Amino acid sequence: MSIDQDTARRVAKLARIKVEEDALPALAQEFNTILGFIEQLGEVDVEGVEPMVSVTPMRLKRREDVVTDGGMQDKILSNAPDAREGFFAVPKVVE
Amino acid sequence: MLDLTYTAPKPKIISGAKHDWELVIGMEVHAQVSSRAKLFSGASTAFGAEPNSNVAFVDAAMPGMLPVINEFCVEQAVRTGLGLKAQINLFSAFDRKNYFYPDLPQGYQISQLYHPIVGEGEVLVELGEGVARRVRIERIHLEQDAGKSIHDMDPNMSFVDLNRTGVALMEIVSRPDIRGPEEAAAYLAKLRQIMLYLGTCDGNMQNGNMRADVNVSVCLPGAYERFRETGDFGHLGTRCEIKNMNSMRFIQQAIEYEARRQIAIVEAGGKIDQETRLYDPDKGETRSMRSKEEAHDYRYFPDPDLLPVEIEQAWVDDIKARLPELPDEKKARFIKDFGLTDYDASVLTADVESAAYFEEVARGRDGKTAANWVINELFGRLKKEDHGIADAPVTPAQLGGIIDLIGRGDISGKIAKDLFEIVYTEGGDPAQIVEARGMRQVTDTGAIEAAVDQVIAENPAQVEKAKANPKLAGWFVGQVMKVTGGKANPAAVNQIVAAKLGL
Repeated sequence: MSIDQDTARRVAKLARIKVEEDALPALAQEFNTILGFIEQLGEVDVEGVEPMVSVTPMRLKRREDVVTDGGMQDKILSNAPDAREGFFAVPKVVE
Repeated sequence: MLDLTYTAPKPKIISGAKHDWELVIGMEVHAQVSSRAKLFSGASTAFGAEPNSNVAFVDAAMPGMLPVINEFCVEQAVRTGLGLKAQINLFSAFDRKNYFYPDLPQGYQISQLYHPIVGEGEVLVELGEGVARRVRIERIHLEQDAGKSIHDMDPNMSFVDLNRTGVALMEIVSRPDIRGPEEAAAYLAKLRQIMLYLGTCDGNMQNGNMRADVNVSVCLPGAYERFRETGDFGHLGTRCEIKNMNSMRFIQQAIEYEARRQIAIVEAGGKIDQETRLYDPDKGETRSMRSKEEAHDYRYFPDPDLLPVEIEQAWVDDIKARLPELPDEKKARFIKDFGLTDYDASVLTADVESAAYFEEVARGRDGKTAANWVINELFGRLKKEDHGIADAPVTPAQLGGIIDLIGRGDISGKIAKDLFEIVYTEGGDPAQIVEARGMRQVTDTGAIEAAVDQVIAENPAQVEKAKANPKLAGWFVGQVMKVTGGKANPAAVNQIVAAKLGL
């Protein structure tokens, strides 16, 4: 798989990261280096080996259905660039 | 369980300018899981709280916060799956669905794309007596809800409330087995009914606790059958997805509009673009949501913050053993045990509370009589005031008491209705009211005979007419009832009137 400039531009846009046009060739090249490494891993024969989700044998930790959090509107909003009447205020987004 | 057999309904046909067309519909229903706390945080799920007060740092996506799953939400999803006779997957896993929107602080929704918790199931959607569509369920997965954006509080800003962010949703995905607008609404109603029975979703559509994305396409007659035989979607038309509908009425309108729009395009030689659309109830039309199209590359990948959900078969079996009786089974039992009609059984099993009320009234009494009183008198009366069964001022014991009074011949059916109204508005013990207000039916033939004699003596002209035309005897019965204040036993009055008139 090879990443061209168009793909690099699209990935940047999807991630909402601004990349100048002249920086795209280098970015595409970096992607290709990373993907090249991943492809190399693909050469390992893992037939019949279950995907490993954790390096130590662990089970998903679970909570009970109890309300233990919340009630801190001021803290939740404290880092917001703009907040009004208890809401985050953001530039208008309408469908 | 009594096995009820059903025939499949005919698909809805819409006539275009050139052909007849059939509809093919699949639905994704988002149902909010009934739970106290959110799927991955300990914040409350309560509706209507002060904005941003039911929010944990996890929900606000503060750096370093990690999700921990609410076990009860998993249990609710499993319970829903069992209620839809579905495969329960002992292994499931969470993935990230990446997109940016102001009400999604994480920049991704935690969902289950590759390994959903529930697999294939089935819902029986009744569409009249003996007619039902079997809608196949493809899967149910657990996911987080997003927050709420409010656009009308300020001309230049949108306001975001994260209270709903992270509340657990079940996305119930159907196969394209729904064949018309009415079927779509009936399917949604049936899902809602089942989840209300199970207690897994409160079904409140107005609050958005249950909402649907509807996929609509059109095809020529015969094409759908070829699709079902081969599984090849190529036989079907290109579909459009109408997003985020939370009204049964609007869903039907939107499907109807969308189908006609697609037919017009295809018949004019055009092509349907597969796209997401929004229904505008004010204009009664669907329109393209182009802004969403570009974001459609969700770049799913397994969520590295969460290990897979591994559950035990014994735990699933335990949930299954504790399932309540579900609507289909309850309805079949009502038909079998109480001799009810299909229609009456459907009405009485519409919700758990009505069914329980009826069963209490019917216990030790005639089932059909009990059904008539509950449906015609009680439900009819409640409906007049827009009340539900929970508001009923008449207890099952009181209603049962009224039925017993009729059964013993203490009151006539007509008086029973007056008595019901008294009990409904004033309360009290039916038997005591009958005694206290002298409503007891007159079965003493002597008293009835006297009343008949009186009416005959006062109306000689009518007597002559009745002798010529026996149908007029009814007039005498009515007069006698009037004289006795409606308390005379109607059967006895009929008999005595006929005898005295020599008919």
